[in-house]
Amino acid sequence: MSKRYRLGTSSSYKTLRESLPGLLSGAVRRVRSSGTKPGSFWALRNVSFDVQHGDVIGVIGRNGAGKSTLLKILSRITWPTEGRASIHGRVGSLLEVGTGFHPELTGRENIYLNGAIMGMRKVEIAAKFDEIVAFSEVEKFIDTPVKHYSSGMHVRLAFAIAAHLEPEILIVDEVLAVGDLAFQQKCLGKMSEVSRGGRTILFVSHNMAVVEKLCERAIVLDQGSIEYSGETSEAIHHYLNSMLAASNPDGHVFDLSGATNRQSNVGKLLKRIELYTDDDLPILEGIRIGTGLKVKIFFDLPKPTRSFDMGLGFDSMFGQRIFTAHSLFEPARPNGELVGAQVFVCDIPSFTLTPGTYNMRVWLDINHAEADLINQAARVTVLESDYYGTGKAPWNGALVLKHNWYVEQPAKVER
Amino acid sequence: MHSDTLLQVDLAPVATTIVQPRKAFWDLELGSLWEYRELLYFLVWRDIKVKYKQTALGVAWAVLQPLMATLIFSIFFGRLARIPSDGVPYPVFVYAALVPWQFFTNALTESSNSLVASQNLIKKVYFPRLVIPLGSVLAGLVDFCFAFLVLIGMLFYYGITPTASILLFPVFLLLAVCTALAGGLWLSALNVQFRDVRYIIPFLTQFWLFATPVVYPSSLVPARWRVWFGLNPMAGVVDGFRYALLGRAAKPGPMIWVSAGAVAVLLLGGLLYFRKMESTFADVV
Repeated sequence: MSKRYRLGTSSSYKTLRESLPGLLSGAVRRVRSSGTKPGSFWALRNVSFDVQHGDVIGVIGRNGAGKSTLLKILSRITWPTEGRASIHGRVGSLLEVGTGFHPELTGRENIYLNGAIMGMRKVEIAAKFDEIVAFSEVEKFIDTPVKHYSSGMHVRLAFAIAAHLEPEILIVDEVLAVGDLAFQQKCLGKMSEVSRGGRTILFVSHNMAVVEKLCERAIVLDQGSIEYSGETSEAIHHYLNSMLAASNPDGHVFDLSGATNRQSNVGKLLKRIELYTDDDLPILEGIRIGTGLKVKIFFDLPKPTRSFDMGLGFDSMFGQRIFTAHSLFEPARPNGELVGAQVFVCDIPSFTLTPGTYNMRVWLDINHAEADLINQAARVTVLESDYYGTGKAPWNGALVLKHNWYVEQPAKVER
Repeated sequence: MHSDTLLQVDLAPVATTIVQPRKAFWDLELGSLWEYRELLYFLVWRDIKVKYKQTALGVAWAVLQPLMATLIFSIFFGRLARIPSDGVPYPVFVYAALVPWQFFTNALTESSNSLVASQNLIKKVYFPRLVIPLGSVLAGLVDFCFAFLVLIGMLFYYGITPTASILLFPVFLLLAVCTALAGGLWLSALNVQFRDVRYIIPFLTQFWLFATPVVYPSSLVPARWRVWFGLNPMAGVVDGFRYALLGRAAKPGPMIWVSAGAVAVLLLGGLLYFRKMESTFADVV
């Protein structure tokens, strides 16, 4: 009784010469060698997955990873070279809103034309006409040719039509990045309403907070293949790490041997800093709000000592101290005499700074005297996430703290 | 209520689509064209609505074009060159041919450019691509109707009463539509790959005009060649129009069957070629 989709063994473009303009020129760089004719590449290679009826699936990946190709095949705009997709139900795609708008026609006429292009029946459009107009907020100009519309009105009208499609399967590609903030929120609301309505949705976006909010599962595409498929937050983690993995496999390691911002009294004792998540995965791109952060500090103790402490300061890009971690605050401090190479770990179970990049200052005290200090020793980037569970990422201030809002019952209010 | 009934879900029959590489080449999927008839309707409606926007003369152009050509042809070919016209006054003789001819050239030109002009649609949304050139051809029929009204006026003016042969008129109109569509299918699909097509069309229609008995009667063509003359479907269309509307004009004879056969071959070939190229449109255009 489920609706099932299957993308068979492999789907891809056939010989697409580099000289051909448009469609995938951005991805031409990523030429795969296996089974490739000269001048061709596989935009998708051996991609296979199932989607159950009612699932909301995110598709994420870098530019040129094959996301759009996948959606284009599923929405029948282009054909796979090999393999097949079997789709149960009507597919509506929001690949680009406003496709087929004619500038000379009025808003009213374009609603009908665009609706028909998107696969709606005339009666269906007529039934939803008022709703579409209300959603688009262009009532006053509905009989004006759209060439006189502002770009915002244009986009709102286009999205309103697309949002009122009612296919069994909805394919959405980055359409939420339109309009002003208020309209984006409205679109987002409409999307979650649609997904709650039991519709199957495939959703492509670079906005991780939205993906995390809307999708239960996600597929990570990389160079035309599925790199990961599964639970959304895990998928996002894979994606973020793959972002830097290719160009910077050691992005989580900060070598301090050549550090210039060093103020040392004893010698170059601080050697290296490595950043990991609480799952011990190296932090390449950054960490999402609320993820655990482990800072591993590699250093030397020249002489046997029982008393050393370490401080770690997080500064904003404007040099403002946001937070200081210090081993003095650790109740179970190391005990006993240590000497030589050591690794000290600062484990922050939930790192809740506002998205942005932070510089770390690290210092080592031995016997209550400052031994070595490095300013801007390492950097950590905090990425947007759906920390509040609302799909809205915090953007302002320094800290992200859990909080609640509620209206107090009037009976309790003192008069 | 029994708890089982709560779980009952109304399962509307859901169509299953299989997206896969190659379909059988003879499968023209004309059924999907029927499914998308409303889109076809809206595309035709859009073309008609937009065509004369921001023109001063508007739809008068549909009539002016063949009328001006008639005037010029009547002076040069009718008066000066004294080309025979099968006993019909020369202006109505040439106008009766120019009405389908103008429809044909306009429809051919529009449909040939239609796929390229709709590339943003082709790259974004699925629908049977056939509706695009087909819509362009059908939209041309509106201009045809206006020009045809003037033709009726001319028939009155010259006191020509159509005979029973007018009943065959729809057949010849259909033949004209099929010829334009057949040419449009070939050229629009070729145009996706080779933009040269756009530059070829003006020459093509110019030469084609003289290969078609528009300014001269087909009776000028030697009798033994006349059947082969029909290989140009527009020759059959023009002779058919004169036969159906002018009454006194000569009966086309076997030539019309040759034209019909040529259109059938051209149209079927066009459909097959179009279907074959369809899968590459979105990638290549």
